Amino acid sequence: MNAPTEFSHNRRDFLKASGALVVSVAMAGLSADALAQTGSAGKPPLVPGELDSWVAVLKDGSIAAYFGKIDMGHCLDVAIAQIVAEELDVAFERVTVYMGDTATSCNQGGASGSFGISAGAKPLRHAAAEARRILVAAASTHLGVPVGQLAVADGVVSGGGKRISYGELIGGKYFNAKVEWNRKVGNFMDIKVQAKLKSPADYKVVGKPFRRRDVVNKVFGTMDWITEISVPGMVHARVIRPVIAGSVPLKVDDAALRSIGDARVVRASNFLAVVASKEWDAVRAAQALKVEWSAATNPFPVMEKLHDHIRAAKVEKSEQRVKIGDVEGAFRTAARIIEAEYEWPFQSHASMGPACAVADVKKDSATIWTGSQKPHYTRDGVAELIGLPAEQVRGIWVMGPGSYGRNDGGDAALDAAFLSKLTGLPVRVQGMRADGTAWDPKGPASVHRARAALDASGKVIAYEYISKGFSRVNIATNEADPSDSLVGQELGMPLKPVMGYGTPEESYGFANKRLAWETIAPLLARSSPLRTSHLRDPVGPDIHFGSEQFIDELAAAVGEDPVAFRLRYVTAPRDAAVIRAAAAKAGWQSRPSPGPRHAGDILAGRGIAYAQRNGTVVATVAEVEVDRRTGRIWAKKVTVAHDCGIIVNPEGLRYAIEGNVVHGLSRTLMEEVRFDRNSVTSVDWASYPILEIQDAPESIEVALINHPEIAPSGAGEPTIRTIPAAVANAFFDATGIRLRRAPMTPARVLAAIAAASA
Amino acid sequence: MATIVKFTVDGKARSVKVDDPAMPLLYALRDDLKMKAPHFGCGVAQCGACTVHVDGEAVRSCVLPVTAVKGKQVTTIHGLGTPQQPHPLQTAFVEEQVPQCGYCVNGWMMTAAAFLKKKPKASDGEIREALAGLKCRCGTHVSIMRAIKRAQKQMA
Ligand code: FES
Ligand code: FES
Repeated sequence: MNAPTEFSHNRRDFLKASGALVVSVAMAGLSADALAQTGSAGKPPLVPGELDSWVAVLKDGSIAAYFGKIDMGHCLDVAIAQIVAEELDVAFERVTVYMGDTATSCNQGGASGSFGISAGAKPLRHAAAEARRILVAAASTHLGVPVGQLAVADGVVSGGGKRISYGELIGGKYFNAKVEWNRKVGNFMDIKVQAKLKSPADYKVVGKPFRRRDVVNKVFGTMDWITEISVPGMVHARVIRPVIAGSVPLKVDDAALRSIGDARVVRASNFLAVVASKEWDAVRAAQALKVEWSAATNPFPVMEKLHDHIRAAKVEKSEQRVKIGDVEGAFRTAARIIEAEYEWPFQSHASMGPACAVADVKKDSATIWTGSQKPHYTRDGVAELIGLPAEQVRGIWVMGPGSYGRNDGGDAALDAAFLSKLTGLPVRVQGMRADGTAWDPKGPASVHRARAALDASGKVIAYEYISKGFSRVNIATNEADPSDSLVGQELGMPLKPVMGYGTPEESYGFANKRLAWETIAPLLARSSPLRTSHLRDPVGPDIHFGSEQFIDELAAAVGEDPVAFRLRYVTAPRDAAVIRAAAAKAGWQSRPSPGPRHAGDILAGRGIAYAQRNGTVVATVAEVEVDRRTGRIWAKKVTVAHDCGIIVNPEGLRYAIEGNVVHGLSRTLMEEVRFDRNSVTSVDWASYPILEIQDAPESIEVALINHPEIAPSGAGEPTIRTIPAAVANAFFDATGIRLRRAPMTPARVLAAIAAASA
Repeated sequence: MATIVKFTVDGKARSVKVDDPAMPLLYALRDDLKMKAPHFGCGVAQCGACTVHVDGEAVRSCVLPVTAVKGKQVTTIHGLGTPQQPHPLQTAFVEEQVPQCGYCVNGWMMTAAAFLKKKPKASDGEIREALAGLKCRCGTHVSIMRAIKRAQKQMA
């Protein structure tokens, strides 16, 4: 990670633009000692081992924090500002967080795995503390007052009747101070500093519900999303993806384009696009272009047989994550064995708008504006694709139209960069609806086999849960390697697929226990609309849809209340606490499921599910109504108990949880990517329905459990993994019927009810 | 043959040179007039991200040919209100911190604004019905309902 001149320049401009003055004279008022630490104004390289890469005091005393991740409306930037303000002892309002620009931040991995605070805030926190230490030392020298007698309030250091502000000490100049980088790139990049961190007991800013900074612009239409980025001379492009998956363009007839403005075809190998000065011309040129595609090869199974295909497919890779005791032995002694299988479909990110990107590729430098949530990696992929050193490429993240993992954003960025290189013009690419639904990387389909052995008393003596499905990382979770992008694959780059899946995360203390996963080959290796990668809480809802239903099946088998049953087996105290908190908040009545049968068309039931995720624990109670005439399931009320350690911003956290609940309901009840033998047929919202407001809960109740003594863990994803099973368990409670296939659509509900009464 | 289509946008007279009479209004607003607010979400009238008011009615500008608004009054979210003079829905959406990515929010506010004008005292069920078809992929629906009810109170 060198810091090239190109960047120094950008960084300097940036500091100027953000109100700082970069001066090249020694700082007045600082002793030689302090100067040795804070330096003169030379620009240090943008590397993690420089304090200046993380935080700056601007001329007016305001603070800039440089964050190598991004916020997608989860209030993450606010939390980072709170943490920086806290350690620096300045008012929250003074801190501005600059995110996701490769010219001003180090590669902290972008949005990833709900690590925004748990890992992402660490170097910022350390940098802020170190900056404070250096500033207080400088103030001590300047004021002639020992450090021990100085206090800081809102960026003003005072003691012994004297005072000086951070702005006066260093405003507009660089610290030029080294910090110790842990040599990691991405999520776990961190730095070690001399400063001592503040004790959470002394927090004044962290833990308060500060409001978001992006909301006003979003509400008044004054915000620039990625779709609003415009560069002089820019042309609009639409990339043409094959109608038949796996086919390539044989003949392209552009006669129809002659009457459409300046629209023209751009083609390289199997990559095909149209560009035009006017956006509408690009859209209609893409529609009018006649392409002869190579013949279909039927890469996909009949959709109804997808899960049979998964069951039968050769296991390419497997991993036993948990192996406790003698599972087989225990099954041999079982008084009773319970088994079940659960099926999860392919799902799409289907972001609110199809992805957009703008690229300006010049001879020896390039800029890419992207909505991809990992912009540093996008920069790397663009550099590789267009053949420039990464240092010559600047990646700038701009809020995209939704982002829940590796969606179509990465593909749009590389498409735009490649087109800009081919045309020599700045290029804006925006997909059409099908690019966001049919062509985004998918969440993998899977089958989950569960079995448990009970002894004569009904105690669980062995438990096994094995997930089998497509890899969660058939293409990588970022686009740093262009062979993981559609354009790279269309250009014939060698593929580097990876196999990976996951297992349930819980603390059930069964004496004999095995948790494992198995992955199978993709249906189509190259340029597949069903290629798989990370979708919010990768494989979490999928796995726990089965595992947490199965726990309920066990509770039902022994006639025990689902909450009591879980409390009997969970071993982690925080797990037991969230289960109790969710039950208490929801007013849970202890009784076995299913509930008493009621006559009438609307059946009501309640269900619980719980899971861990990277240190966070969540329990959810869903209260549903099932309309037996229409098959509609309505999750009327959802109650979530959430423990992610110390809470940085309760309001932001509550919203993140609510979004998880609704997104989870949508995926549980409606979402399934449809396909035929040759193509994905989910191309819009009619063929890929999601939850709408009629089906949104009447209320979402949240019980936040705060642990100031425990480091923060993530909140962007943990809740969603509890939703599917909570709903399925509530459905069972209401109807006495198990639905082991997601999504739980009205058609499946009606069929299940009919089968049960037959 | 290019034609000139004249209409007003947020109270100002505008004209757009149109090559293709079928070009949707959305492209005139975004590409020709460089407006930020109505968004492309689906292009097939299934999400609402592109909603504007034409003579007070909420319409999906992604499927309405620009030639159909000749001489009409088009209102975007900028015409709905400003930070200085916000529409009650805008105040409520800020108060409730509704948008997550926010790409959808134009559709919800523009649709709700047109509906509440006709039916300020609408019940929860009526509001949900009026907003059917709108999408929010981030799942902010519950806060949207809270915000609309808050705005109703303010408008009452
Ligand atoms: S963009 Fe017009 S309704 Fe979706
Ligand atoms: S806030 Fe992202 S789609 Fe609604």
